[in-house]
This record gives sequence, C-alpha cells and structure tokens, in this order.
Amino acid sequence: MGEKTPLFEEHKKLGAQIVDFAGWEMPVYYSTPLKEHELVRSEAGIFDVSHMGEIFVEGKQALELVQLLVTRDVSRMEPGQMSLGIMCNEQGGILDDLTVYRFSDEKYMIVVNAGTRKKDLSWIKKHAAEFGCSVRDESDSLAKIDLQGPKTKDILAELTDFDLSKIGFYRFAEFSVTGVACIVSRSGYTGEDGFELYFEGERAPKLWNKLLEAGAQPCGLGARDTLRLECCMPLYGHELTENHSPLQAGYEWNINFEKENFIGMNVLLEQKNKGLAEKLVAFEMVERGIAREGYKILHEEKEIGVVTSGSFSPTLKKNIGMGYVKQEFAGIGQKIGIDVRGKAVGAVTVKKPFYKRNY
Amino acid sequence: MDNPEDRKYTKGHEWAKKEGELIVVGITDFAQHALTDIVFVELPEKGKELEKGKQMCVVESVKSVSDIFAPVNGEVAEVNSELENSPEKLNQAPFDSWLVKIKPKDPAEFDSLMSSQQYNEYVAGLEH
Repeated sequence: MGEKTPLFEEHKKLGAQIVDFAGWEMPVYYSTPLKEHELVRSEAGIFDVSHMGEIFVEGKQALELVQLLVTRDVSRMEPGQMSLGIMCNEQGGILDDLTVYRFSDEKYMIVVNAGTRKKDLSWIKKHAAEFGCSVRDESDSLAKIDLQGPKTKDILAELTDFDLSKIGFYRFAEFSVTGVACIVSRSGYTGEDGFELYFEGERAPKLWNKLLEAGAQPCGLGARDTLRLECCMPLYGHELTENHSPLQAGYEWNINFEKENFIGMNVLLEQKNKGLAEKLVAFEMVERGIAREGYKILHEEKEIGVVTSGSFSPTLKKNIGMGYVKQEFAGIGQKIGIDVRGKAVGAVTVKKPFYKRNY
Repeated sequence: MDNPEDRKYTKGHEWAKKEGELIVVGITDFAQHALTDIVFVELPEKGKELEKGKQMCVVESVKSVSDIFAPVNGEVAEVNSELENSPEKLNQAPFDSWLVKIKPKDPAEFDSLMSSQQYNEYVAGLEH
C-alpha cells in the first residue's frame, strides 16, 4: 500500500478510481478523464496534489542558496512572487522542476514533485550548510489543493474575504479560506486561470468539501496530465529527467546566464554555445494513430528520437504529443513518423503550445 | 447496465453473439467502464486469421492502449469501420457497437464461452 493524502477518504466517498503515483495512492479520475478535462477548460475543477512536497528555506543567505540551486534569477523576484524554477545537477541534468515562492529575502518555499522529494531535500540540505540556512520539510504536514478553470475566481471569492484581484498571475498571498489559513498563489498546471492552495493537512477535508459545495468539481491526475500536455508543460520523469538539460527541454527562458553562478551553469553554457544533441518538440499526428510514451520517432524509417508524452487532445480533438528528436529535426513543420505497433504513422512538428487560453 | 442474455462472454470482457454462420464480437459494459473514454479503434484487415485468446484489435482510451482478444479461432469476415470515426459509441452503447464479425473455424468453440449468468458471477467476483 502506498502513502495516502489527508483527502484519501474523501476520494473514496466520491467513487474515485485510485492508482499508484510515485508511491502515493492518488485519484486518477472520479467520472472520466475526458469529462474532468473539459470541466477544467470550461468551469472549475479541484485537484488533490498533497503528494507534492513543500520545503522551506530560511536564513540570512537564503537568497544566495536559492540562486545557486535554480537556473533562473531569483533576485529579480519580489516578495509575494512565485515562479517555476529548474534545479540541475553539476552535469546540467534536471534534478527537478519546482516552484519557488519568495516570502522575503530570507524566506522561500520550494514546492517539489512527489517522486523527487527525498532526492531534492537531501540536495538542498547538502548545499544549505555552507550558507548557514535552515531547511524545513513541511510536506507531511501541509496539504495542497489546486483550483483550476475559468470560474475558479468566483468560487474562491465565495469562501474568503480577501480581495482576489490583489493577487496577479504568479503572485501569492496568505489569507483564510473558509476559516482555514492558506498560502494561495494564482498559478497552476492546466493552462487555465486558477489558484494553488497550501494549508494544514488536518483541515483538508473541510476545505475540499467547501470547495465542492461552492461549485468546484473533483478532478484526477488523468485530466491533469492531458491538460498540461495541451499546454506543452513538461512533466518530471517524462520530458524532464537527469539525462536532459533545461536547454534541451525548451527552458532557455528560465535560465539566467548573467547570474554569478548556479549549479550546472558551465555545462549549460557549453551546450548553448556548441549546440544541443537533441531538443524537445511538440507534434501532432496527421495520420490515424496515437503516439504514446516510449514510441520511436522516425524520419524516413530511421530512428531520430522518442516520444515522452502522447494522447488524444480533448480540447483540440487531435492526437498530440511531445518527444525528443535530434537537433536537425527540431524545426517547426518537420515531417516525422511515429512507430505505432510497428507501423510508421505520419506526424508533423508544431509550434508550442497546442493550447493557450487568453485570460 | 445488464449483460444481455442473447450472447456469450469471455474473461477478457468481450461479448460474442451468433449471427447466422458468423460470430459478432464487441466489448462489455464492464470493459468500456474500466477503459474510460475510448478515443481510438484500430481494426484488423478483412480476411486476417485470428487465434483464440490472441489480439484481434486495439482500443485506446485517453490514457491507455488495450488489446481486444478474439473469443474464438477464425477469420475476420467484417469490421465495423464506422467506429473509427466514432469510437465513443463503444462507451455509449457497448452491446450495440460491434467491432469484428468472425467466421469461426470450429462453431463448437462458441458454446464453450461463458453465459451471461456465468459472466455476471465472474464480474461480481472481480469487484470484491
């Protein structure tokens, strides 16, 4: 039996299909993945993502520590701002894609993937020592609910006195939601407007049920995966691994080479100057077939790469995917083939993302 | 949804129904429910030899790829290519949406499949 979030019993009551995800028993869907996907695009869904980890870093030199750990320039973030961050090893391989919340110069919350939590924690601790920073893993005591979709602002507004227009995108604030003290950021992993809520795990069933009563509907990891794929948001363990660099994954915008230093900087600079062996591309199928993770990507029958994610796109009603290909095939409009059960099925590389909401 | 009594069933959750000399094959309500939203169907070529218990066609949901197995030995007589454009029919009406019609090698094989009652009991056992 895997680990359970504080909402496990609520998921069972709602009839969720439970699967193992990174050692956690998580809901994959309640109704069907397709219905939940559409719900987030049109209304409001809630996801239990309490399996993710929250690591607090504090100290006089906390900024210097976080600057060393992630590729982006954290010094440019204001208190109350949060952002995606890529943490690399010395070889420039991706240890994790995480989010950094800047409370002050001396206090940060780092939110990490469930599957990389232990590895990340020991990595952060190892580097914290030389900066005299404290590292606190609050993952077991904090729960996390993502509220996502065009109607989420109205739903959250019903449950709090806080003026939500004060939180811009990629900003956060601390306030009470239905009597539960929360850290709330205006962000998410679906491409829709939405909020990520962090709070004490014991309060999770209460907050979850209040959100349901207010009109949000429960959504599982199945919909979360197709939602993020349509927005070309990479997923750790699929697009992102220690064998790939953030440059290869298309995260150049999240790397600041002007910084004094960050772990992996020299290797990434060299990659940038010399060129990359392979790059992550987005593609759509032009012939009948669905690309799946691990399928070979072909060009004139020769293997040029591998699919990292692939699915039917519920919003676009097309079969889409992402994968790594050799640099010379990474341009937009490149005709490729996907090896589907031994047959080359035609596809073409396209501009990222597949779906973008203008809000 | 009840499993109709006018047909036979397999442990792989296929249904098989006699139609003259042919055997019509689809997937059960239990199967479509477990697969969730079906978005793709890959049907075999007409005339293809099928081996009992081996892959007959492929059905894909948003998340998964599943083989559908031939309930009997035989040859593909007809395929329901309408499903290629509307695979969701397998979710909406599983017992009215056939995949393949098989010309069986040995008509007696059909009789050895499960009755609806046996299949009901088999499914009840899986749910506990």
